[in-house]
Amino acid sequence: MIAEPIIFWIMAVISVVAAILMVANRNPVRSALFLVATFLCVAVLYLALTAQFIAAIQIIVYAGAIMVLFLFVIMLLNLGAPQALRERGTIQPFAAVGLGLLFIIALLGSESLIRVPRPAAPANPDLGTVQSVGLNLFAPTLPWLFPFEVTSILLLVAIVGAIIMAKRRV
Amino acid sequence: MVPTSYYLVLSGILFTIGVIGVLIKRNPIVIFMCIELMLNAANLSFIALGRHFGQVNGQMYVIFALSVAAAEVSVGLGIIVAIFRTKETINIDEVNLMKY
Repeated sequence: MIAEPIIFWIMAVISVVAAILMVANRNPVRSALFLVATFLCVAVLYLALTAQFIAAIQIIVYAGAIMVLFLFVIMLLNLGAPQALRERGTIQPFAAVGLGLLFIIALLGSESLIRVPRPAAPANPDLGTVQSVGLNLFAPTLPWLFPFEVTSILLLVAIVGAIIMAKRRV
Repeated sequence: MVPTSYYLVLSGILFTIGVIGVLIKRNPIVIFMCIELMLNAANLSFIALGRHFGQVNGQMYVIFALSVAAAEVSVGLGIIVAIFRTKETINIDEVNLMKY
């Protein structure tokens, strides 16, 4: 892919800027919208990484379902007003930003992100198609089928838990 | 082709922004959004390394992480609604019953 560096740089800059704006914004609704922008940029990066199926899931599940849930709760609890939660003026934000910068410097300095070992196999552009993902997910010889079935129990537990939590009287 | 390390560094930067957000925000819903950002950063590095090594395993992990994230968000927002109903506030500094 010739266009991959261009796509990468545009999407990387937009996603980082949107993430910073999400953290810096006082209005939760605007934070949610900036988070959607970050999710969409990450989905485009998945496309550039030849993970087409994951990119589609990312848009459907994250940018669709999860963000609707967030916005629904924000508006249900009427937290959209910026004055609803006054941030106290303490030393905490500065300490957090300083420690965060220290964290990223330590991550980059350890060179574990920069020096990745050489690949054993060349990149395969058909790795992330629905066919490839499905064949690997449901293959009896690979270890993914059992976790996939257990995921259904996890979702059932989450449904029951959410209903119990949000119900007025059980 | 963009080197895999660029994707890993981008993922590290997004993860750090999420960590900073969790530390400085007072609104639990925004804290949840920052956790989602951190999960997304981890997913990005999974997929980048999956392509790097030519294996589909990275994408499998991302599928499971996505479903766990969806379950976590639904239960977490249910907890926030329950807290708001009993305490009339969701400011993290005032919800400290479990601290003592």
